[in-house]
Amino acid sequence: MLLKRLSEACGGPGQEDEVRNLIRDEVTPLVDEISTDALGNLITLRRGNQEGPRVMIAAHMDEVALMIMAIESSGLLKFNPIGGIDPRVLVAKTVVIGKNRVPGVIGSKPIHLQRPEEREKAISINEMFIDIGVSIKSEAEKLVKIGDLAYFSTKFAEIGNDKFKGKAFDDRVGCSLLIDLLHDRYDFPLYGVFTVQEEVGLRGAGVAAHRIQPDIALVLEGTTASDVPETPEHKHATSVGKGPCITIMDSSVIPDPRLVATLLQIASENEIPVQIRRNTAGGTDAGKIQSSRSGVRVATISIPCRYIHSPVAVMSKADYDNALKLVKAFLHCVEKGEI
Amino acid sequence: MKNLIKELVESFGPTGFESEVTNKIADLVRDKVDECYVDTLGNLIAHKKGNGKKIMFSAHADEIGVVVIHIDENGFLRFSSVGGLNPLTMLGNRVRFANGTIGVIGKEKGELKDLSIEKMYIDIGATSKDEAQKLVSVGDFGIFHREFADLGKRIVAKSMDDRIGCAVLIEAINKLEKSDHDLYFVFSTQEEVGLRGARTAAYHIDPDLGIAIDVTLTGDTPKAPRMDVSLGKGAAIKVKDSAIITHPKVKDLLVRLATQHNIPYQLEILESGGTDAGAIHLTKAGVPSGTISVPCRYVHSPSEMVDMDDVQNCVDLVVAVCQDPLSEF
Repeated sequence: MLLKRLSEACGGPGQEDEVRNLIRDEVTPLVDEISTDALGNLITLRRGNQEGPRVMIAAHMDEVALMIMAIESSGLLKFNPIGGIDPRVLVAKTVVIGKNRVPGVIGSKPIHLQRPEEREKAISINEMFIDIGVSIKSEAEKLVKIGDLAYFSTKFAEIGNDKFKGKAFDDRVGCSLLIDLLHDRYDFPLYGVFTVQEEVGLRGAGVAAHRIQPDIALVLEGTTASDVPETPEHKHATSVGKGPCITIMDSSVIPDPRLVATLLQIASENEIPVQIRRNTAGGTDAGKIQSSRSGVRVATISIPCRYIHSPVAVMSKADYDNALKLVKAFLHCVEKGEI
Repeated sequence: MKNLIKELVESFGPTGFESEVTNKIADLVRDKVDECYVDTLGNLIAHKKGNGKKIMFSAHADEIGVVVIHIDENGFLRFSSVGGLNPLTMLGNRVRFANGTIGVIGKEKGELKDLSIEKMYIDIGATSKDEAQKLVSVGDFGIFHREFADLGKRIVAKSMDDRIGCAVLIEAINKLEKSDHDLYFVFSTQEEVGLRGARTAAYHIDPDLGIAIDVTLTGDTPKAPRMDVSLGKGAAIKVKDSAIITHPKVKDLLVRLATQHNIPYQLEILESGGTDAGAIHLTKAGVPSGTISVPCRYVHSPSEMVDMDDVQNCVDLVVAVCQDPLSEF
């Protein structure tokens, strides 16, 4: 399964190679042009019979990760998060490091040795380390280099009815959707762009948009869902299983109101469940694409993911399928000149 | 000019939804310029052609506001801020949505010092979710609801930030007699969330000189934070804010013109905040840029106050820029 392979692939900001290679293999038979730009964005094109409108769909390849910052004389590794990770979710997780997937465990001072006041507080990143099972620095150096990225070793699985669990759904779910979309051909040029370095500041998408000069852009994302106990309803942001989310505002973008209205109308006409993303925090590639050159009409469609930016998230298969339906219906409207 | 300002400040134009404002402005300036159009991000661009320097003036059409993120069972709306809102300023105030629906901002129980937007709601007088949803939807944008007040020399209203800048540009277009320069008057969008409209407009225009017209804070009220700008002491020529260090040539130009034309001015250093000039000056290979500011009290509240003399001085300074040979550029 494509989403499983994407979820289990490892690619942090700036080190997206493994994910890019996987996607390149997957989409090369589908597209007319494929290239990697200076920043590492994978840019693909499915031509149409018409010259326009130029439509760009973007999903980012990178995931949040931990960068190895130092190797202690004990062979234990110090690290820093790359992208937003809650330090409280890290302790006692298993990770794999670098291209060779060196296995490790995130350790900290055991509860027995913590002072009472320490037990009251979350353990900070500074007090954690990754243990790769060696006993001195020189052994560790044979396995790991400073600057390598560590990834959660979470396996993808189908759970319950209709749910997936796995790591890096933000934004491999977008990558998976985009690959699925590239199976179809439209009358207009469709640029499928797999971007880099989203998690550290939307860095890849802007240069890709500058190159492509799209008329319309969609960003496909995994987004936060907090539809869980102890969170009041008005802070849920999104709900898993209630349909793909449409952004009306986040910290990076206010999407084109006409595109948003069109998406909502398409959803209603085709009886596709959708939800407005009920939170204005966070940002996506759409921010950089919108502000590219003289401006681009953008919209963001995202899949709700519980426990996002952690070792494991949960999402709904139905949301995925409905997102695919929604984007396809949207692209048909573009084809008919209705947008 | 007060009628023009009243018309502009009482319009509906939250960030991202500026078309009511830009449509009104387009109607006012269309006959006085060579072309007038709206770009992808909604910026209204009024172009008066000339063979001299290409100058981009920018005043933003958007205003701070709220966006509805949830409607509860009893019909109360939860919201996020659009642009920088102070929860204490919001409390007890009213908001208005595009369809005219009015709401009151209330808060959950708790100490005022701990107040945050998350603990506040909008009450539109609905008694149930169904009733509320007939008036407002999740995703709707609203603005402060407050009328213009003429206090004589000084005027007060919501969205003086930056409709007063828009009014300055409109008035400058009206007063302009002759200019050799290629003039672009941009009524920009989405300034309040990160200078977004001006960025793409500047890319499109590719100006030789960029000048934003916006409000700035003052230090002339009781126990005010230290700032050497006062209401009524003239157009403020920005030296620096958090988004730009005014290009020395632009600052010197504005000071020279103010002096030459006997326009009262004050130099402004704004410690926190930015204007469209911040986006314009980083466009492409860089654009010498600066800001002419209208001193304004109570910025980002429903009662922003400016002095009509300052406004007039800003108009005169904009006209002076347009009519100068600008040999240093």
